[in-house]
Amino acid sequence: MSVLVDQNTRVIFQGFTGREASFHAQASLDYGTQVVGGVTPGKGGQTHLGLPVFNTVAEAVKQTSANASVIFVPPPYAADAILEAAEAGLPLVVCITEGIPAADMVRVAAFLHGRNTRLIGPNCPGIISPGKCKIGIMPAHIHRQGHVGVVSRSGTLTYEAVGQLTKLGIGQSTCIGIGGDPIIGTTFVDAMQLFDADPDTHAIVMIGEIGGNAEETAAAYIAQHVKKPVVGFIAGQTAPPGRRMGHAGAIISGGSGKAEDKMKAMTQAGITVCATPAEIGEKVKSRL
Amino acid sequence: MKIHEYQAKAILAKYDVPVPRGEVAFTVDEAEAAAKRIGGSVVVKAQIHAGGRGKGGGVKVAKDATEAAEIARKILGMTLITHQTGPEGRVVKRLLIEETLPIERELYLGIVLDRAQGKPVFMASAAGGMEIEEVAAKTPELILKEPIEPGYGLAAYQGRNLAFGMGIPAASVNAAVSAMTALATAYTACDASLAEINPFILTKDGKVYALDAKITIDDNALYRHKDLLELRDLDEEDPLEVEASRFSLNYIKLDGNIACMVNGAGLAMATMDIVKYAGGSPANFLDVGGGANAEQIKNAFRILLSDAGVQAVLINIFGGILRCDVLATGVVNAARELNIKVPIVVRMEGTNVEKGQEILRTSGFNFTVADGMKDAAEKVVRAAKGAAA
Repeated sequence: MSVLVDQNTRVIFQGFTGREASFHAQASLDYGTQVVGGVTPGKGGQTHLGLPVFNTVAEAVKQTSANASVIFVPPPYAADAILEAAEAGLPLVVCITEGIPAADMVRVAAFLHGRNTRLIGPNCPGIISPGKCKIGIMPAHIHRQGHVGVVSRSGTLTYEAVGQLTKLGIGQSTCIGIGGDPIIGTTFVDAMQLFDADPDTHAIVMIGEIGGNAEETAAAYIAQHVKKPVVGFIAGQTAPPGRRMGHAGAIISGGSGKAEDKMKAMTQAGITVCATPAEIGEKVKSRL
Repeated sequence: MKIHEYQAKAILAKYDVPVPRGEVAFTVDEAEAAAKRIGGSVVVKAQIHAGGRGKGGGVKVAKDATEAAEIARKILGMTLITHQTGPEGRVVKRLLIEETLPIERELYLGIVLDRAQGKPVFMASAAGGMEIEEVAAKTPELILKEPIEPGYGLAAYQGRNLAFGMGIPAASVNAAVSAMTALATAYTACDASLAEINPFILTKDGKVYALDAKITIDDNALYRHKDLLELRDLDEEDPLEVEASRFSLNYIKLDGNIACMVNGAGLAMATMDIVKYAGGSPANFLDVGGGANAEQIKNAFRILLSDAGVQAVLINIFGGILRCDVLATGVVNAARELNIKVPIVVRMEGTNVEKGQEILRTSGFNFTVADGMKDAAEKVVRAAKGAAA
């Protein structure tokens, strides 16, 4: 088992014919993911990578029975792409795009409220259930099928953690990049609920970073509800306050969002907190 | 993007938030002329992108234009040190000359993005003039909040909740509510990520004004605000950071001696952390991005090494989209062209890692290749100590 995506997931790419989307669609196909087509307004009727291109998401869903989409649309148009995917009734939408204005995401969050669409991201590497389905930009070969769920606000830091696990022979059930923006679809708590309910996930890795208090909220949830072992790491222990560390959401502002507060809350919740990113793999091994 | 107080007040005035009469001045003469036009006593306020200016000696009251000129002479060009500038402080190059007002009460108004709720939240407090973080920590019950619903702005009833909640007298409530809804409109209209009026004052004659103002614009939204982009003040930014931004490199200068070049923001932060953990001190945060090419790597190197304090470089790349051989080629070219003298520790992982290591080994340069982040951090800390000795 795995969460959210598996061998039955049928994916369409929004912004399909662009350079990045084409590259990653091909990589997903090579991995064995069921990519069933894509959307590029104005190019409907064409064929790309041997797959049909549609003008609208609604049409693509009708023709391909897709149940997930991944968005590679430039920032000014990405929020609209999410709305279109939700309106077409897709249960899962993964938005890779970095740089979407926060105000656009405020509107997206309001639009998604009460709908049955789960958004992952934006500004994220995507989601992979090793051996079954890859939706996103993560390098496939570092993953290995197994029983550890990984959830993270960062891209390459997730690869780092996954790489360590795989080297130790520890596989992953599903790895979810929830994204580095202040407003995101799927949260740490959502991911915890999913992993906790998945009988095939035996332990969870949670990688947070400075900014906001999503890690504290997740820690409180874990203390109450999650019985599986959780190993955590927080990036940005040496980050200066008031500076945005690359990710739009990674900023210590007004004394909140500090790494030490998050690590304290996580430790108190029974999470094994790693002092450095180099020990994530070993700590997971010790908790399995 | 941060902007100056006088720029923020101009935006607020455009949306009908009452602000004191004032003018920006770049010279002593301009300051004196502005004070004459305003008439009577004026406040001379240093304009830098940091709070705590009053305590640092950057805000003074002058009884007339002559005294305003004297004060301007002292403040212009001074290095203002506040708790937000760091010990190096900021040189004052602009002043705001403003009318003085008879203050009855000091309140606080602010709008920030509430991440958990996914919408902006309007905050108001009777404890104005103080740092809101301090109020939040000590007396959180003094901060009143109303969510701003997308498409609706701050509704008048929400403004009344806040105004009455802060104890604003009935005669001034309508004026306060108008100012609050106007602030919310301004926040949305200019894609702000933060808008603060502290203090928001009630005068003895029952009027309201934004006595200070701070607006930060969402960088991601700047593409649709060409007019706001002109408000950027490069003097307020580190020259190396400005240079890096020209090449779409995410660089933040810190005060250590180990330069870091990493792909991805999270891994870049984690690399700084592990350098510190190994007993070193990071000189910077640098995310070269996922799609960096050899040219980008060279630019990154050049910027890293422009920092005179750098004694060793740590390159930590988890190659996904960015292939290790491309990275290695970029590193070797940069080392050749830039005549790099400091020790370089390279840790690579991911796509084409063997090819990349081969390129480094046969380059003729003395790169130290590390295995894993811990090894890399320990090696670069040793290298920096050796270079310093």
